[in-house]
Amino acid sequence: MVAKPVFRTCGLTGLKIHDDAEKLIKANAVIAIVVLAIGGLMGLLVVLTRWPSVHLLPADLFYLALTAHGIDILIVWCIFFEVALMYFASAILLGSRIAAPKMGWVAFGLMVLGAAITNWKVLEGNSSVMMTSYVPMQADPLFYVGLILFAVGALIACFIFLGTLVIAKEEKTYEGSIPLVTFGALVACIIAVYTIASGAIILIPTFLWSIGLISHIDPLMYKVVWWGMGHSSQQINVAAHIAVWYAIAAILFGAKPLSEKVSRMAYLTYVFFLQIASAHHLLVEPGLSSSYKIFNTSYGMYLAVLGSMIHGLTVPGCIEAAQRKKGFNKGLFEWLRKAPWGNPVFSGMFLSLIMFGFLGGISGVTMGVEQINIMIHNTIYVPGHFHGTVAVGTTLAFMAITYFLVPALWQREIVMPGLAKLQPYLFGLGMGVFSLFMMGAGTLGVSRRHWDMAFSDAPHAFSYPPAAYLMMGIVGISGVIAVVGGALFVVIIVASVLFGKPIKASAPAPAPSPVASYGSEQHAAVPGTFVLALLFLTMFVLYYFVNWKYLASTWLMS
Amino acid sequence: MSITPPEQKIWFNEPVDKVELLWVGMALVWALIMFAMMPLWHLKGSQNMSNEAYRIQPEAYQAKVDAMVEKFKVGEEGKAKTPVVHPPAGSDVYLLARLWEWYPVLELEQGKSYRIHLSSLDWQHGFSVQPANINLQVHPGIDEVVTITPTTSGDFGIICNEYCGIGHHTMLGKLRVVAAK
Ligand code: HEM
Ligand SMILES: [Cu+2]
Ligand SMILES: [Cu+2]
Repeated sequence: MVAKPVFRTCGLTGLKIHDDAEKLIKANAVIAIVVLAIGGLMGLLVVLTRWPSVHLLPADLFYLALTAHGIDILIVWCIFFEVALMYFASAILLGSRIAAPKMGWVAFGLMVLGAAITNWKVLEGNSSVMMTSYVPMQADPLFYVGLILFAVGALIACFIFLGTLVIAKEEKTYEGSIPLVTFGALVACIIAVYTIASGAIILIPTFLWSIGLISHIDPLMYKVVWWGMGHSSQQINVAAHIAVWYAIAAILFGAKPLSEKVSRMAYLTYVFFLQIASAHHLLVEPGLSSSYKIFNTSYGMYLAVLGSMIHGLTVPGCIEAAQRKKGFNKGLFEWLRKAPWGNPVFSGMFLSLIMFGFLGGISGVTMGVEQINIMIHNTIYVPGHFHGTVAVGTTLAFMAITYFLVPALWQREIVMPGLAKLQPYLFGLGMGVFSLFMMGAGTLGVSRRHWDMAFSDAPHAFSYPPAAYLMMGIVGISGVIAVVGGALFVVIIVASVLFGKPIKASAPAPAPSPVASYGSEQHAAVPGTFVLALLFLTMFVLYYFVNWKYLASTWLMS
Repeated sequence: MSITPPEQKIWFNEPVDKVELLWVGMALVWALIMFAMMPLWHLKGSQNMSNEAYRIQPEAYQAKVDAMVEKFKVGEEGKAKTPVVHPPAGSDVYLLARLWEWYPVLELEQGKSYRIHLSSLDWQHGFSVQPANINLQVHPGIDEVVTITPTTSGDFGIICNEYCGIGHHTMLGKLRVVAAK
């Protein structure tokens, strides 16, 4: 017996909302934010230990907290939120019922259970193997079981998303092609399925090895397959947060893509090329050939980087076009100056866009060069880079859209609007400075995942230059600022959901009117965005060649 | 809008704006330049991965290290009295990584090339020579060979920068580069 699906119409956006879908989205988003809080706390402990003059935790707890931070915040927070986004981009945006809501709860349960088991084992202290769990270092068998359960849950969620697309098509809840944002979510989902398969291929034998059923796992093979999951899963984040950027541009400005074709093609480069870049993590590994490394690390000739650079133009470009239509036409940048910088949905999204490109993007491509990686591998430059992608890019974008989801789904006003205004700046700029100075310390050779940069208990002596200590101090201060910003986000959202003023479901306010009359018939020029893009490219080229120059100055190797 | 289906059902035929095409073209050219740089550096540059590597049993590797230490030992150094070796230029030099030490201490001559072998007896370790800032991954069971020519002299730290358990941060070795005789 299938109950008839229940829908309501959103008083804020006019969207048709399926009750079961809404409940699932809320549950996944709530858990995501709880885990963000736990992972953020771990991040605070870790950064307070790496701040040389504070050096808070003892070594064992530091490695424990770092393992928990990586797993909770990178894997659990991001994926829970992405499941919520996938359901939103399918059921809600298409005005459809969600496929198999009961399975949605099974998926949810498996993910919660898996995350809980892995956390329990990490916190117990016998699985401080870092999220990468490189063999032959071994964790408690249940550590792997937790990850596998989590992955199975996520896989089910992917199929529910795909099923919902099928249902919406069959029941004709929309006409023509799926929206660009849904398309972006579809790309994320396809990558996720591939990723989870790689994860299963490596984690299941590793589990069997940990209980003694398999005698040996080759460390190099482990890494090749593990990064098939580990790296590609970062592309889930990229595809998802770019979808969020497009969604926010539409929600706030009624922006429509400059060109559906170009934006969708850019997304498709991800499907075709992003998966292969697992060699990013294997560039200085013995036993793999350079031709494999070069092809793989460049995603097959940088075509996926091309995709990202295209989004880098088209996302701000569609905002500029929409703003210019509304009359913000003065000079190059009136459209940007007069944007709603006080609205956290916008400020979070735009900071995420800019910093993802300038910090995470440029550094990622540069350190992914086979030879330049020799100077960067496993230094603290690496966490510097990925806090520029996944913290300041993905996490900040997800925070921004949460400020929209709370009024839309929970029908509550955001409490403490003054602090909410400030929050994206605290988190975003704190995290931006943090990742910049980590990169700086990394070029001076400071190691990642390292408890003691003074080497006090080592058999020999070595000291880093004072500049490295200074930079790690700045990392400490800016990290704490970012944590304050992150904590503020958690508090504001939780308080809004619990105590926010209910928004009365009056007659649906008109959705922001689509600014439709550019694009096909008549192109709105986007000169401001193009100038920004040129600035970006100039920085990129300069930074890229500076690193080659720096490489040329070190010892000779062949 | 981006959250609604495209207005034009046949969006594929919509013309694309000049600025967008220009940017796609510029980004594509840049992508190809970046791609070309890596093979080019293999031909013209002097800092490249050798990719010479062999499977080896840890015991066999240890035996090679011990033989080298016996032959070229010139002293001892550090809290653990680690032997110091001064192998001849151009020779095969074996450095061993294990929980939690680099063994032995190497003394090399500036401007001379050495075939440095790296392998681990147990877990993975990270070979990070500072401040020269050369970072390579070290695996158990793989004998990795890189030809290195130190171009600066002085005392260098060999930091382990792959997390290898609770003693990871104490895993510091030494490499000394002296003026060529
Ligand atoms: C709230 C502020 C945050 C602070 C203060 C912080 C701090 C840190 C620090 C100090 C490290 C360790 C560097 C090292 O010793 O290797 C680290 C590692 C890491 N962080 Fe964060 N982080 C924050 C937020 C985030 C976010 C939002 C994400 C992802 C969504 C993230 C993902 C990671 C990952 C994946 C690692 C690597 C763990 C590993 O090496 O296994 N962090 N973080
Ligand atoms: Cu080590
Ligand atoms: Cu180590």
